Amino acid sequence: MNRLFSGDYPRSRLLSAALLLIFLALALGPFLFDGIRTFSMLGMMCVFIIVVASYDLMLGYTHIVSFAHTMFFGIGAYGIAIASDHYGSGYGALFAGIVGALLASVLLSLLLGLLSLRVKAIFFALVTLAVAFAFLSLVTQLYNVTGGEDGLAVRSPRELGPAFRPFDFQVPGFNIFGFLVAAVSSPGEIGQAFQEALFSVRLSGRHLTYYITFVTMVAIFFFLLRMVNSPFGRVLQAIRENEFRAQALGYRTVLYRTAVVVVSALLATVAGILFALLNRYVNPENTLNFELMIFILLMCVIGGMGTLYGAVIGTVLFLLAQNYLQDLLKQLDALVPADTLIAELINPDRWLLWFGLLFILSVYFFPSGIVGQLRIWSAKRSSGQD
Amino acid sequence: MQRNDLDVATDTSTVDSRAEPANRSGLEIRDLSITFGGHTAVDRVSCAFHAGTLTSIVGPNGAGKTTLFNLISGQLNATAGSVRLFDEDITALGAPARADKGLGRAFQLTNLFPGLTALENVRLAVASRYRIGHIFWQMAARRRDISDRAAAYLEQVNLGKRADTPVANLPHGDQRKLEVALLLALEPEVFMFDEPTAGMSVDEVPVILDLIADIKKHQNKIILLVEHKMDVVRSLSDRIVVLHNGELVADGEPAQVIASPVVQQVYLGTSPDQPAAAGSAVS
Repeated sequence: MNRLFSGDYPRSRLLSAALLLIFLALALGPFLFDGIRTFSMLGMMCVFIIVVASYDLMLGYTHIVSFAHTMFFGIGAYGIAIASDHYGSGYGALFAGIVGALLASVLLSLLLGLLSLRVKAIFFALVTLAVAFAFLSLVTQLYNVTGGEDGLAVRSPRELGPAFRPFDFQVPGFNIFGFLVAAVSSPGEIGQAFQEALFSVRLSGRHLTYYITFVTMVAIFFFLLRMVNSPFGRVLQAIRENEFRAQALGYRTVLYRTAVVVVSALLATVAGILFALLNRYVNPENTLNFELMIFILLMCVIGGMGTLYGAVIGTVLFLLAQNYLQDLLKQLDALVPADTLIAELINPDRWLLWFGLLFILSVYFFPSGIVGQLRIWSAKRSSGQD
Repeated sequence: MQRNDLDVATDTSTVDSRAEPANRSGLEIRDLSITFGGHTAVDRVSCAFHAGTLTSIVGPNGAGKTTLFNLISGQLNATAGSVRLFDEDITALGAPARADKGLGRAFQLTNLFPGLTALENVRLAVASRYRIGHIFWQMAARRRDISDRAAAYLEQVNLGKRADTPVANLPHGDQRKLEVALLLALEPEVFMFDEPTAGMSVDEVPVILDLIADIKKHQNKIILLVEHKMDVVRSLSDRIVVLHNGELVADGEPAQVIASPVVQQVYLGTSPDQPAAAGSAVS
């Protein structure tokens, strides 16, 4: 266990419990939550945990601010989409898309790193911003290759699509959320709630794609955990703390920073590849949008920079809020009289306002992120200060 | 390389990756200069430093001592002149490459990794010395050889009990000691101490001075020391180099240099025929 976690445990009981819950929810998700929307969201959680964790490697561990992370995510997604558009839905096309996307990411990130990391942090951030916008423009304008703003449908191998049904039988599922809601609202009818919560799952290629994504996410997470707790990771933290001193100790910091940018870009590309296979549709809006870049930054900050576990917590909370805050406001809106100020404020269309407010509150109350704060509380408790 | 009481008494499997210099002719600077705008901070300074010798670089404030250190260790690029280490021209190399060649530097203003513990700070220096910084597949905590070595260097500067304290929480004196521990952990061929005892309490100073004396006595290394305390300079130095307004004005044995009329004039601001003032300043 110590080797798996590289000696870097959550260091908070509450955090450990939350992470275990998330792990179980993602591992058993297709059999615990009914509906295509929830299934899609679980897939996106796996994808964005990779994206945010790889971003945390740059931002949290090395203090490199990059706005080009979605570009590498987009390279992965478009690599698969363009390859399938040109070469069809076979494994050859998939392989060509993966290799092409990874090669493009390595070359571009290497160039970006070596050319730009010699300059000050703010200039590097600006360079990445400019490159990301240039890439977005390129993708939007190269209609014949990328489908422009309409994007491209992804044709994956049959075994990874919904048409593939490996088994004739169905697997039982239990809608845990629906059961809990029914049990709380009607405690006397638990038996009926139990019956209603049962559903059956017909396994398909979509489930296979989901579990490939899930396993890849878990593997990448533990790989990153090992990396940040290795001698290499210690040098990254040294660069974050005092780059000048790290150089005086003999570390060629430009090389380390470039390596981090390349690794981070590669992992974002892998996430993009998985996104394309899961979502089966790629366009600039869902891969290269600047808003998406800001969301990734928010997930990283809310969860807690420089912890990796923060990537998991931040991504899950963010996607839950993004998907269900509007629903929650809809429920609340129905409870208050119409045409009042409160009704206006909790109008479901204003979900971004509340989302922003939640973000401000989380940064105010958890300046070191949720994970950072949980660890501080835990440390205080164990030292008897609280 | 002779091992001695400064070496860590740990059984380490770490491979010494720095080659023993074939030729120990030492460190040599030739016509080294740097100009900031119109101001020449170091002006055509030439000097050679030999293994087994402790050379103190002294001079009034603003004389260019720390700038000269920065030029030698690569923190600044010289406008003109050259730096040679063991007959190799290292002028074009940056600070990391020079550190790799064996130029170790402790800073005048404490320059550490404040968010990391004292032990992690020293471990970084040891990891650099043994070139394991690129290893990403192995847990740092499992490198007991590196951790033990780092812990031993902390013990040498009396910081063993502070190993797990974040540097930001260490008192100033302990941070100065840690600065020296980082230099020791680099195991350099050239030790460059820039006012190592500045800001330390009186009872802490001997720890550092004894360490420097030990290096001088037991290791055949080049030691450069920038120091304002003349009693320290006199007790430790084999040789003194005096800078004034960026120029080298004297270079020789301590007694000879301190008695030199030029030094009395430019460094102490008095002539030798004013013995009371001169005597009090140098003692």
